[in-house]
Amino acid sequence: MTITGRAVVLRGDDVDTDRIMPARFLRAVSFDGLEAHVFEDDRRAAAAAGASHPFDAPAGGGARVLLVNRNFGCGSSREHAPQALARWGVQAIVGESFAEIFFSNATALGVPCACARPEDVREMMAIVERDPGALVAVDLERMAIRIADREYVGTLPAAARQAFLAGTWDATALLTAEFDAVRAAAARLPYIAGFPPPRA
Amino acid sequence: MRSTLLRKVWDLHTVRRLPSGQTQLLIGLHLVHEVTSPQAFDMLRLRGRRVAFPDRTFATVDHIVPTDGQPRPFADELAEQMMAALERNCREFGVPLFDLSSDDQGIVHVIGPELGLTQPGMTIACGDSHTSTHGAFGAVAFGIGTSQVRDVLASQCLAMEPLKVRRIIVDGALDPGVYAKDVILAIIRRLGVQGGVGFAYEYAGPVIERMTMDERMTVCNMSIEGGARAGYVNPDETTVGYLRGRRFAPAGEAFDRAAAWWRSIASDPGAAYDDEVRVDGTAVRPMVTWGTNPGQSAGVDERVPGPADVADADRAAVADALAYMDLEPGSRIAGTKVNVAFIGSCTNGRLSDLQEAARVVRGRRIAAHVRGLVVPGSRRVRDAAEREGLHEVFLEAGFEWRQAGCSMCLAMNPDRLEGRELCASSSNRNFKGRQGSPTGRTLLMSPAMVAAAAVAGEVTDVRLLLSRSEAS
Repeated sequence: MTITGRAVVLRGDDVDTDRIMPARFLRAVSFDGLEAHVFEDDRRAAAAAGASHPFDAPAGGGARVLLVNRNFGCGSSREHAPQALARWGVQAIVGESFAEIFFSNATALGVPCACARPEDVREMMAIVERDPGALVAVDLERMAIRIADREYVGTLPAAARQAFLAGTWDATALLTAEFDAVRAAAARLPYIAGFPPPRA
Repeated sequence: MRSTLLRKVWDLHTVRRLPSGQTQLLIGLHLVHEVTSPQAFDMLRLRGRRVAFPDRTFATVDHIVPTDGQPRPFADELAEQMMAALERNCREFGVPLFDLSSDDQGIVHVIGPELGLTQPGMTIACGDSHTSTHGAFGAVAFGIGTSQVRDVLASQCLAMEPLKVRRIIVDGALDPGVYAKDVILAIIRRLGVQGGVGFAYEYAGPVIERMTMDERMTVCNMSIEGGARAGYVNPDETTVGYLRGRRFAPAGEAFDRAAAWWRSIASDPGAAYDDEVRVDGTAVRPMVTWGTNPGQSAGVDERVPGPADVADADRAAVADALAYMDLEPGSRIAGTKVNVAFIGSCTNGRLSDLQEAARVVRGRRIAAHVRGLVVPGSRRVRDAAEREGLHEVFLEAGFEWRQAGCSMCLAMNPDRLEGRELCASSSNRNFKGRQGSPTGRTLLMSPAMVAAAAVAGEVTDVRLLLSRSEAS
């Protein structure tokens, strides 16, 4: 499985999910339309300052890969953040590191978050900023990220990688498959059994 | 073999090892609220599935509720839709709901403990990052997203990678005027906002052992702000004493059997940890954040750092944070003028938080330019505070006394900052725009420090006001 496309570069450490999706857009009972508001406050602030946010750059449209720095997606557990990114068109994220809940949420949606060495991420970002048309390939079989003639090592936890390769990132079927075992495990827990007295 | 609480609880809840190498982990308690659940229930419906363990699932409404009066339908049509969706979903799937007609309604992380739903040795999940709060009881509790909420509803399980454990020992004793909030802010400043990724934090040592359950909840609540998905305190007699007589706690002889089991799941002396950190509690002072993440904080008597004071890698972030906050490098954080004072949230919206804030406020008025809000974390907290007359203390000082909810912590309800307002806040996140205005600013601190800032009209050392209160 390889995701290939142009990339958006979003610089900065500790980008929180309130940034990615401001809370006012969570007032809804579905995820529909969230893509219109991804990074909305940052995009407005950039426009007001006469600058262009990466998600508004002409080259950003149609991009499939997002390049980020350290601890991307920290803070709130809102799945609205990766939902919005995925609906906007992001199919893979490459960064120095990811916050844990964001990583789980993105994985559950089928969006791999691959880590790369900080110096490699810096180099990838520089290449894409120089040449916004550059194609980035995130290859999950070889765990490699390729841009033009360069190749970088990517990492992904084994379980997540296997889920993407097998197409089994939606865990519901897996977790309900052996429901008798779930019932048995629950019955063994004293707090579910009501702390019964030991049998005579 | 000597084992940590995390390892014991993990093993007890392991259903099976999945082919991927992950653990299928049983979730003993699933807490649900209106923001992260509607899409999950819709997915269940689409797939023709039921809630697997409706008796291990409890719902409440907290994020979107107005706090200045709660007649239905809500004025905000979107909030009303979310409330109606939760009511319909709970009815259809048989999940108990503590709604606005219930005396038990409140912030999910306040009511779980107060009802005795949260107990030692459980695994707990909720579609909310501050689920780490429940670790205060020696539960393994973590936040999840909506797809995982769907999975827990459908199977009562999650597919998880094992967590490492970092033991954080807080030595010494806290000075008067220094609180649990200051301890956790000091820990996050030291270890960083991503230092906890991959870890559960086990909080230990004399300072933690002396803490009440409310205080332990404040500490565990902000584990996620340090990057740790879960944080916990080993259960002890404080834990057992808190749970005795709670509605969903075992009663009679079953309580004694429960207490014995709770004690048994605490980490064994001599258990091996993946990492260990010692913090000197005696050196912790009242903390205030100056930046745009919870790791960017200083003691109230310290100066705001500048880009030149930090490592190369952090320079740009510090410059950006100070520009957003409109603070000068090297300036004192004390004396920073505040426009709004917010006391509440799942971090600091419990009775003891209101008591400490009231102690500062009693007999004083808040500054004329400050808008002050006190928002109890639950209806029970609100009722208990009113029985003590705390609402009168706050009202006489010029604070608004509100209904229970998440309120101004996160801007999903009418309580929001406006424009560039700067808020002294007892909540958990100082992210840009977090409190509802895209340009609003947040200074995190303890509830007593918020009360002091409200009175002085600017950030001030609460210890000065406390010593004057005692002298009078």
